[in-house]
Amino acid sequence: MTARTLLSGLFAIGLGLVGLGTAPAVAAEGERHVHDFSFSFEGPFGRYDQSQLQRGLQVYTEICSACHGLKFVAFRTLENEGGPALSEEAMRAYAAQHEVFDVALDDTRVATPTDFFPPSNVPNAPDLSLMAKARAGFHGPAGLGLNQILFGMGGPEYIASVVTGFTGEEKEEAGTTLYENTAFGGYMAMAPVLYGDDVTYADGTVATPEQIAQDVAAFLMWTAEPKMMERKRSGLTAVLFLTVLTVLLYFTNKTIWAPHKGKKHG
Amino acid sequence: MSGIPHDHYEPKSAPEKWIESRLPIIGLLYNTLMIPTPKNLNWMWIWGIVLTFCLVLQIATGIVLVMHYNPSVGGAFASVEHIMRNVNAGWALRYTHANGASLFFFAVYFHIFRGLYYGSYKAPREITWIIGMVIYILMMATVFMGYVLPWGQMSFWGATVITGLFGAIPLIGESIQTWLLGGPAVDNPTLTRFFSLHYLLPFVIAALVVVHIWAFHTTGNNNPTGVEVRRTSRKEAEADTLPFWPYFVIKDLFALVFILTIFSAVVGFMPNFLGHPDNYIEANPLVTPAHIVPEWYLLPFYAMLRAITFDVLFINSKLFGVIVMFGSLIVLFLVPWLDTSRVRSGRFRPMFKVWFWLLVVDFVVLMWCGAMPPEQPFVIISQLGALYWFSFFLVILPLLGVLEKPKAPPATIEDDFRAHYGDPGEAAAQGSAQPAE
Repeated sequence: MTARTLLSGLFAIGLGLVGLGTAPAVAAEGERHVHDFSFSFEGPFGRYDQSQLQRGLQVYTEICSACHGLKFVAFRTLENEGGPALSEEAMRAYAAQHEVFDVALDDTRVATPTDFFPPSNVPNAPDLSLMAKARAGFHGPAGLGLNQILFGMGGPEYIASVVTGFTGEEKEEAGTTLYENTAFGGYMAMAPVLYGDDVTYADGTVATPEQIAQDVAAFLMWTAEPKMMERKRSGLTAVLFLTVLTVLLYFTNKTIWAPHKGKKHG
Repeated sequence: MSGIPHDHYEPKSAPEKWIESRLPIIGLLYNTLMIPTPKNLNWMWIWGIVLTFCLVLQIATGIVLVMHYNPSVGGAFASVEHIMRNVNAGWALRYTHANGASLFFFAVYFHIFRGLYYGSYKAPREITWIIGMVIYILMMATVFMGYVLPWGQMSFWGATVITGLFGAIPLIGESIQTWLLGGPAVDNPTLTRFFSLHYLLPFVIAALVVVHIWAFHTTGNNNPTGVEVRRTSRKEAEADTLPFWPYFVIKDLFALVFILTIFSAVVGFMPNFLGHPDNYIEANPLVTPAHIVPEWYLLPFYAMLRAITFDVLFINSKLFGVIVMFGSLIVLFLVPWLDTSRVRSGRFRPMFKVWFWLLVVDFVVLMWCGAMPPEQPFVIISQLGALYWFSFFLVILPLLGVLEKPKAPPATIEDDFRAHYGDPGEAAAQGSAQPAE
């Protein structure tokens, strides 16, 4: 067997490894249906849609924040490029709508841009700062996770699917009401959040449940990965630069070796 | 070095002579860089450079990450988010470090399986192989402790499961476990000592890498034919080899940069692909994840650990699982003496080839099983996989040396090189007729 066979064989393993790394994402209890929503930030060239992030912020503020928190997100970052990019006045005004507890004062005060979003209000409502990275909607086939290469990890898709995935079925368990959700794959403690006529967008976008779900999922992707656009830009630069360097080194190598090789294999 | 006749460094200028008579460092660098290297090395001999690069990359990114990291159960998770959000290019450092660990293991598995296929562990390179295995074990310890530092759910529960393995040792196990953890359970003392050791071990690895290189620079490189470089005369040695610089440095650099192109794409476009989503949830001792799984590179051994679901004589299944897992690594140390074949390279061993590739498949299948929940059919597949792993090393490898009829390797490296690339004389003639590309 030639070295080439060895190389290709091991490369195949490599591909296998890449897939297996994400296999643990299979954590399904029961059937889960995560719809593959199409987001503007997918793929190597994907970008956040600034208007969508602003709409998502509105949804988060008016609906999610009743229970959930965003304790790792600072108000000042709402102004950042590659994010909702609010104007400085809008960001300051948004921060001023919140009260935070100040240890030095031992009292609450109006929030400033350097403060963080409040944490969750309800003990069992998880913080949403990183939720879009803490869930993987896709993990097939056979637990290999290879489809994540094509579709992404599926975090925002999972969030949007949960928001729109309530069947209306309820049950009581140990004194708590649980609600059936197709994306969760069973009954969850979170109650349905959308009833129709939930938010009114300033930019005139029609607030259908699917629209609201995708907007807030996109916003939460940003809260989880605020540097995504910077990352993809740097990644692209690195890939292009290294590709050129690879080509140059290929010819350098070929030229150096040429005097020692016959014409059989060049 | 390496007993292969070649030219040695002679200081010429006065400053060179001044330095060389006090500290022969220029000569050391020169002889290391100009070491005669078998000219028939194929692309599987590039992983050493990739691995060296990975070690440097991990140390460099790690040192900067430490400047911003807070090793405490209350602050670790938040400090990682601080790195991701507020530190300049902190996301790049962390994603490079996390995916760098994957590249490190990706490369080390190619490197190890290359060594197995071409018999690089055989005399006189046993010590090179064993040092390499020690490095590999230390890499696993380092990566395991590094994975605990972000203090996510999988960090915490992975640490709980793996340190729990030591608890399976009879009589002293629980004391060892408590000693490792610094208390009865994974907590702040565990995090701080893992942090300390995660910083220390890479430097131990770096020192062992030097010894690893020293060892194979003493014996000379193996090569795809497994035929030794002729040392009888300078002329013959030069027909078999080319100096490391520039021939192999440029070749390896080309391969490294190609791999880094793909690596950059992973870091830039899908940095969380190889990670586990649960590690973006802060550690919570009260909530156990549905499936506790290590990172991909440790999965085959995790699968062998979990494959043991039955007691063997007086040994309970947990302890036997631990023995099997550590045993699966110990057999690797014994390979130089388990392989009885007098032919070094797998290229000339028709039966060995088949079993070798089955071992590679076995490794991948075990990796898959390690990622799956511990239920049928994965338990039985893992058991068969573990059985084959041990059979390969303990039964097949010793028997093959007796049963197999190897093919004849070429007489010299020069012959192999010519058979593959033709006569260099022709190239020289051609080179003068045509300008270089």
